[in-house]
Amino acid sequence: MTGVIEVRGVSKAFGGVVANRDISLTVADGAITGLIGPNGSGKTTLFNSIVGYHPIDGGEVFFEGREISKLKVQQIARLGLLRTFQQTRIYKAMNCVENMEISVSQRRDGFIDMFARPDHAVIDKAEAMLEFVGLYEKRHLISGELSFGQQKLLEFAMALMNEPRVLLLDEPTAGINPTLINGLIDRLLSANADLGITLFVIEHNMRVIMNLAQHIYCLAHGELLASGGPEEIQEDQRVIDAYLGAH
Amino acid sequence: MSAVTSGWLLYGGIPLVGLIAPFVFPDYTFQIAVLWVMILFAQTWDVLGGQMGYNSLGNILFFGAGMYISAVVQIAVVYDVGEYTSAFGAIRVDFTPGQYYLGLALGTLFAGLGGIVLAVLLGLCFLGMRGPYFAIGTLGMALAAGEFVSTVQFLGGGGGISMPVFPGDPGVRSKFFYFSCFLLAVLAFATVRWLYGGRFGLAINAIRDDEDKAEAMGLHTMRYKIVAWTVAAFFLGMSGALYGNMIGFIEPLEVAFPTTTFGIFMVAMCLLGGKGTLWGPVLGATLFHVVKEVTWTHLLGWQWVALGAIIIVNIVFFQQGILGWARERWPARFGVVVDRRGAGERQGERAR
Repeated sequence: MTGVIEVRGVSKAFGGVVANRDISLTVADGAITGLIGPNGSGKTTLFNSIVGYHPIDGGEVFFEGREISKLKVQQIARLGLLRTFQQTRIYKAMNCVENMEISVSQRRDGFIDMFARPDHAVIDKAEAMLEFVGLYEKRHLISGELSFGQQKLLEFAMALMNEPRVLLLDEPTAGINPTLINGLIDRLLSANADLGITLFVIEHNMRVIMNLAQHIYCLAHGELLASGGPEEIQEDQRVIDAYLGAH
Repeated sequence: MSAVTSGWLLYGGIPLVGLIAPFVFPDYTFQIAVLWVMILFAQTWDVLGGQMGYNSLGNILFFGAGMYISAVVQIAVVYDVGEYTSAFGAIRVDFTPGQYYLGLALGTLFAGLGGIVLAVLLGLCFLGMRGPYFAIGTLGMALAAGEFVSTVQFLGGGGGISMPVFPGDPGVRSKFFYFSCFLLAVLAFATVRWLYGGRFGLAINAIRDDEDKAEAMGLHTMRYKIVAWTVAAFFLGMSGALYGNMIGFIEPLEVAFPTTTFGIFMVAMCLLGGKGTLWGPVLGATLFHVVKEVTWTHLLGWQWVALGAIIIVNIVFFQQGILGWARERWPARFGVVVDRRGAGERQGERAR
């Protein structure tokens, strides 16, 4: 099986703590893949390794067949592999539309594009995307004033604005009002189905990930513990043990 | 007062005041010329310090470098630079008006271009550092530049250089330099205003708010940071060229690289007016310069106390600066939209 992202034998240690040991996994093109595991199992470290946030100690990462293990964060982002953060990160002193405007893809940008004038097509698209995540009414507010859940939605909208090939979402529903979560699941599915964005999602909420992902990987203690479809994972005794602390 | 009227007052009134000032207050021509240089200082510092979140304490380097580049170019137009500088003003070279203006134009141009080259090279070294490391790194950079120039005999060492003498009478000279400084400050303002109005402004604001996020979104952050510094350096270099000629005598530590006076004033003026706003640096520079000159003239000995007091009051009571404070007080006037619902209502939306 070849996928849009291929992780082969990736290891990463921080001093003596091995956060990822020899992890290999595949993110299928066009699908939604899940990544679960107890706290501290190395999920976010794996995301950081994939997007080039830190150098990896061993192994390789391929994106669309191209090795990206040595590239920098910005270069990988410009290839169309984007991530959102667990601790939501937006440009807090700017309003929502400005946040969206500066999130457009820089893939084909030359030097002169740095001085581009405001573009109505971009602003229209920004407003449409804000409408999509339900922030249209708040579009002119300073984004730092939004509630945490709304900031999370804004960050998601900013990622969509960039038109990535693959989007890595780090706990998209953490800290979101339970009634809003259903709406968010619909939007994630719609981004995948309608916009054709491959999703790779870290999630703690089992209900969410079981409804979302077609294939799930489970990490524990920095190692790949199990993988399979949602039902398989739910019934896997090793996964249950890991979550209950038997491991 | 509507936004349109205040816009007309600002964009029409200030240039008008600038144009008639030397005729209405001929005795203060030099001081008002220095005010335009101060406004340029504050405005260019704010590109990095206010809009991009990179607090440079060494921007004065580009001012001093521009001053020296211009001096060398102006002398080289007609004379051997080494001979001229080693004579410490003992030889008087007469420049014809043609030679003088050609030299000054070329010198100012090269000072600006030299600023760009220096900003690119130094940017590659320093703009990878963040926060206090960048501030201290650039401070060291500017201090080192002054000391370095003091040791170069070709540039007159610590003794300085007497600049070519203006070919005209003093009244013409002061107006000539006044209008040069005025024009340059207006150009610098117009340039940064244009830059802030497009993607460049959004990008450097994004870098200020969260550089890691900007990188993760694929922004060419280093490119933006270096260009921001070159914009500041270009105008600072040219202002250095004009200032050196206006003073008539340049030397490294007090005139060209005054890190502890002009270098710090840049920062203080932006903080006073409100950093990260378009008009804050203009307002801050004007107030600061007026207080400085008034205390210097009428309360000699107290000027440093007055300036220190301004900085302390500024830092302790309104860190946002005057315009930053006004924007918080009357957000609608500044085009900022606020959520009018109560905080409790918003709290309800917050999760879990």
